[in-house]
Amino acid sequence: MPTVSMTVNGKSVSADVESRTLLVQFLREHLALTGTHVGCDTSQCGACVVHVNGVSAKSCTMLAIQADGADVATIEGLDDNGTLHPMQEAFRDNHGLQCGFCTPGMVMSALDLVKNNPSPSEQDVREWLEGNICRCTGYHNIVKAIQAGAAAMRG
Amino acid sequence: MYAFNYQRPDSVAAAGSALGGSDDGKFLAGGMTLLPTMKQRLASPSDLIDLSGIGDLVGIDDNGDGVVIRAMTTHAAVASSSLVQAKIPALAALAEGIGDPAVRNRGTIGGSVANNDPAADYPAACLGLGATIVTNQREISADDFFTGLFETALGEDELITAIRFPSATKAAYQKFDNPASRYAIVGVFVAQTAGGARVAVTGASQDGVFRAGEMEQALSGNWSSDAVANIAVPADGLNADIHASAAYRAHLVTTMAKRAVAAAG
Ligand code: FES
Ligand code: FES
Repeated sequence: MPTVSMTVNGKSVSADVESRTLLVQFLREHLALTGTHVGCDTSQCGACVVHVNGVSAKSCTMLAIQADGADVATIEGLDDNGTLHPMQEAFRDNHGLQCGFCTPGMVMSALDLVKNNPSPSEQDVREWLEGNICRCTGYHNIVKAIQAGAAAMRG
Repeated sequence: MYAFNYQRPDSVAAAGSALGGSDDGKFLAGGMTLLPTMKQRLASPSDLIDLSGIGDLVGIDDNGDGVVIRAMTTHAAVASSSLVQAKIPALAALAEGIGDPAVRNRGTIGGSVANNDPAADYPAACLGLGATIVTNQREISADDFFTGLFETALGEDELITAIRFPSATKAAYQKFDNPASRYAIVGVFVAQTAGGARVAVTGASQDGVFRAGEMEQALSGNWSSDAVANIAVPADGLNADIHASAAYRAHLVTTMAKRAVAAAG
């Protein structure tokens, strides 16, 4: 079995995995980082979005071995010793989640957006979320949350 | 997903021999189609030859007349390239509309063109601009490259290394997309090129991307959306599925062509 090594939330990790192991399986089953979710098997829902080398990627549509040597960030890496990241806090403040299943992917996608677009318009947010499906909220409060989170991050 | 051997060669030559030496291997580009297909067990290659270790396959160059986009360049990189935006803005805009951000960060132009999905966007740009597909063995004009549903002129061990796009006087792409997948239900790429007007249609036909000859002739004499407004493509041979009937797709071809010509200015 090939050995994969990568940095996940700033920590070096390494394991022997089958070639067919998906990145999301590696995160959830090998590293017990279960914040990254799997909501579909068709690569459409975005519940599994993480950052790979600084940009968003669907961890269900990437082999762990493709992330060999990469820098991976997941929802678990965002808080600061128990204090929520401003984007997470904005989701809580704005009721940007109901069941919460889509939320980790939403937050990771949102952070990829604000990196290049610190003040996104409502339209920018809605277009950016094309790959993130939510079955509960109707998106309204997610969009509000992301704009509020972006504002909080601008300071 | 069934098990497979994974290889990551560091040169085009090594990738070619890895594929040649495998039982039933496949090249892995961005994986945005191949991996979901393998997850569904609709494909079970013996080997995956991952092209991401080949630095030569990434990048966008100015070749005077247009741009050369190497095969492993992502949609996000094409969309945000100031060179593509300056030389062929319609191509940058098309890349920006593929899938969703996470897909654009990993999906590649070479993978999309080699796959020739009948609803993909890039085949319309290649055919609409009269691009040249460069492989590890030869150069193929877009007119000869797309040969049918998921079919191309590529041979067994042949690998796309780059695509050369000539710039156009005017060009635009308009698509009516599926709201879940963002694949084109119908997409039309129009271009006013040195060789005349070109109109390429994706999403519509059972045979994949095609050129709308009657529209091209009309636009060559009169570049305006009125020129194509009354030209209908026959519904025979168009796709019909839960998203749209053949007749509806035929209607969309004219509508998208009109919008594209208007957008091209
Ligand atoms: S789990 Fe649905 S897109 Fe990855
Ligand atoms: S909050 Fe339930 S799926 Fe989005």
